[in-house]
Amino acid sequence: MRNLTRYIITRVLLTIPMVFILLSIVFVVLRVMPGDPVSAMLGGHAPESVIEQKKEEMGLNRPMVLQYADYLWQICRLDLGESMVFKQRVTKAIGEKLPATIELTFFGILITLFLGVFMGAYAADKRRTVQDYVIRLYGIVVYCIPVYWMGLMLQLIFGIWLDVLPIAGRTGPRVFASTFEKTGFYLLDTILVKDFSAFGDVLVHLILPAFTLGLVLSGIFVRLTRANMLDVLRADYIVAAEARGIRHRKIVYSHALKNAFIPILTMMGLQIALLMAGAVLTETTFSWPGMGRLLLERIYLRDYPTIQGVIIIIALIVAMASLIVDVIYAIVDPRVRY
Amino acid sequence: MRYSPARGMARAISLVTGMGKKYGVEWWILVAGALIILAIVYMALFPASIAPFNPHNQSAGPQLVPPGGKYLMGTDNLQRDVWSRIVYGSQTILRVAVLAAIISSVFGITLGLISGFSGGFFDRLISLIMDSLYSFPGLILAIAFAAMLGPGVINITVAVAVIYIPTYFRLVRGQTLSIKEELYVEAAKAIGSSGSTILWKYIFPNVIATTAVVFTLNVADGIMIEAALTYLGLGLPPSIVDWGMDLSMGKKFLPSGVWWLITFPGAMISLLAVGFTMVGEGLAEILNPRLLER
Amino acid sequence: MEPILKIEDLSVHYPINIGTVRAVEEVSLELHQGEVMGLVGESGCGKSTLGFSILRLLRPPGKIVGGRILYHGRDIVQMSEREILSLRGRKIAMIFQDPLTSLNPLFRIDQQFMETLFTHEKGLDKKEAFNRAGRMLESLGISPERLLDYPHQMSGGMRQRIMIGMGLILNPDLLIADEPTTSLDVIVEAQFLDLLNDLRRQFDLTIILITHNLGNVAQLADRITVMYGGTIAEIGPANEIFDEPLHPYTQGLLASIPNIKLDQPKLETMPGSPPDLVTPPPGCVFHPRCPHAKKICKHEIPEMTERDGHLVFCWLYR
Repeated sequence: MRNLTRYIITRVLLTIPMVFILLSIVFVVLRVMPGDPVSAMLGGHAPESVIEQKKEEMGLNRPMVLQYADYLWQICRLDLGESMVFKQRVTKAIGEKLPATIELTFFGILITLFLGVFMGAYAADKRRTVQDYVIRLYGIVVYCIPVYWMGLMLQLIFGIWLDVLPIAGRTGPRVFASTFEKTGFYLLDTILVKDFSAFGDVLVHLILPAFTLGLVLSGIFVRLTRANMLDVLRADYIVAAEARGIRHRKIVYSHALKNAFIPILTMMGLQIALLMAGAVLTETTFSWPGMGRLLLERIYLRDYPTIQGVIIIIALIVAMASLIVDVIYAIVDPRVRY
Repeated sequence: MRYSPARGMARAISLVTGMGKKYGVEWWILVAGALIILAIVYMALFPASIAPFNPHNQSAGPQLVPPGGKYLMGTDNLQRDVWSRIVYGSQTILRVAVLAAIISSVFGITLGLISGFSGGFFDRLISLIMDSLYSFPGLILAIAFAAMLGPGVINITVAVAVIYIPTYFRLVRGQTLSIKEELYVEAAKAIGSSGSTILWKYIFPNVIATTAVVFTLNVADGIMIEAALTYLGLGLPPSIVDWGMDLSMGKKFLPSGVWWLITFPGAMISLLAVGFTMVGEGLAEILNPRLLER
Repeated sequence: MEPILKIEDLSVHYPINIGTVRAVEEVSLELHQGEVMGLVGESGCGKSTLGFSILRLLRPPGKIVGGRILYHGRDIVQMSEREILSLRGRKIAMIFQDPLTSLNPLFRIDQQFMETLFTHEKGLDKKEAFNRAGRMLESLGISPERLLDYPHQMSGGMRQRIMIGMGLILNPDLLIADEPTTSLDVIVEAQFLDLLNDLRRQFDLTIILITHNLGNVAQLADRITVMYGGTIAEIGPANEIFDEPLHPYTQGLLASIPNIKLDQPKLETMPGSPPDLVTPPPGCVFHPRCPHAKKICKHEIPEMTERDGHLVFCWLYR
């Protein structure tokens, strides 16, 4: 157990400089911009003196180093500043939208894993047959399909031609989130207030966006699972199980898959980055009120503090996910710690 | 000996099938990918020979006509021919993705070589920066860059290029480190002469093979990111013909059942990306042959 | 008495990219109820392949390309998937070389036992299954508490006994043991062989013991089959094989074992190296290395000669 604690501590310590560097990069990038945000904010025609005064107010005339120090200090206090466009704390704005993104990515992950893992296992089992090659092709092609195009095509088929699923938003026209909103996770909230028709509505709105996200990333997991399964299926305990008369399907989908699954789970953590990117694109396509869409909205509005805030949160999520995944792996596989 | 195009073709075909027999499925995947790329490159180089209309022509035909007859892929809301816009759009996406990949590789490889070779504090600092960048979602970084730099082909190219530098860096640095280990011992033994010349003779062939694979996959990624950026409205002025942009403009008409404005640009993006991916995958399998598969 | 297992002209090939490996070439063998048959030979002679073929456990690309394997008269080669699944673990069991890798690391011992039980006896009560597993462990000298352990928590010898336990839990007629002691140290090996002997009497077991270690076989086997290059060299009662080996290969094999009683300045070896099974030598596979090779050996596959239950495939005896 001591080794595990030591590993966790080392790993956490390693995360800190990474996060620090990311935050610094964000700081630099967002200040190396042509054009003046303040004058843009004031309408572009404000007189010089007013611009100067505003800048002074916002502390933008102080030396960069001081601004940088302030920036880091603020983050430590979990304060991401105030929006330049609306009278709103950035943390609050993000807090409102974050649950929507999390709900979306969560179900996206489930779908990715489900599709990817079972197809990958099936392909490994049916090695070198037509099914195997088709699934491998699927793996390559699906990754090359732009998420938003997938979303649009699914909207076209299911939302417009077949008209069975909604194509925008988290709730329908007659459902009002304010009646049940508590945690921000609508599926949970509707259950908590026992409003089951609202639950159904929310669920139905989740389907297309979650599938869009999940489908596109499943390609990676198909390949990964297949590769892992091929290795596992060569193991001695697989032959030994066969020798005891265990049925083939059980051997592949229980004995083999369980062993192949652990590295896949950790790979999932590394894909969080891709998930975040995918979420941004999916949210814009489905008018999903999440953090991704917030980012884009505020980019159009040149609201730098909010933009900065969202990027920081994303960086933290990615770093956190990577850390958690490494720790889980160390817990499950003792060899990693030694 | 008489040289004729027919003879040349025959020789080329036999060469290709010969490689096919030797390498199997992976070679054919590579060939398929290459053919796709060649077709689209041809589109980009000789658009006028394929496109019936000027892509900016706003009186090519009636508004929002579905595909058929004179308009292979229909027309859009500004009465422009979609097929012509597809053909010309290939130029933008190829230009950005390939150029970005070149810039990325040059910077990434150089930094990787220097960092891996010199080691020490410099190496550790740069590695830490690169690792941090590498783990961050590329698209979001690209969005940030594109947003900051503003619209324009050059700006988008730079945005796309920056994201992939860490990938080349890590790859080349890793290889440099391991080769450095080997040669250290080797040099002590026999050769003893000019170390850097030997380095060039040994590092380059090894690095080039894997770099070539990464390059093709980089272009594939670059295609996806360029299209995503323009789809989000972050990259280009409307005067440029671009598939991603057409997608974002076309989606407004989706609720009315207008499907051809989004289907074709999206399919082309996917196709081009698949082409480069197939070449990359095929190349990877061939350069790294898997022996005696049981 | 009808033999419990009869292998007739079995051939097993592995088609790989450089050619086809003829791992087992027209091998015939009979096994009698209750006997221990030692199957010996050097690495690559085909003994393990033969063992795997009996339960059709060949790893791809291996294929049975000819011959019959008759178990109580039924041909295993022609059986359907269902039939063979009901044989495996229930009538014929197999245990393997490395007990650590032969047990699924993610499942507890009791789970692995019970799975075998549930597979062959549908509707078995869970508690009953657990108890049976516990009793099996006890008879192997392991405390039933260990049922709740994972494989990596046990010692090598214990794991090997668990392997046997899982093989014998359904009371099969035949046990195929593929190099079971190779990964064990000498002391554990001795214990293991004693255990195997006890179990054989307790369960009236027929055992095929596949090994390259002649010492194992000397201790345990009633009869011995010597294989070389995918073919059988000779089959005979254990003591005859050791005292009066007929086939030149067996003679060479036995001569190369250091004898503590003799004063040997130099160890005997056989010249040459194992045959290439993709393009094996014509005629007798052993002829390139045989000190007694005649002209006929170079182009005719030797026919069988029998002498009182001792079979040899060699032109010397025709």
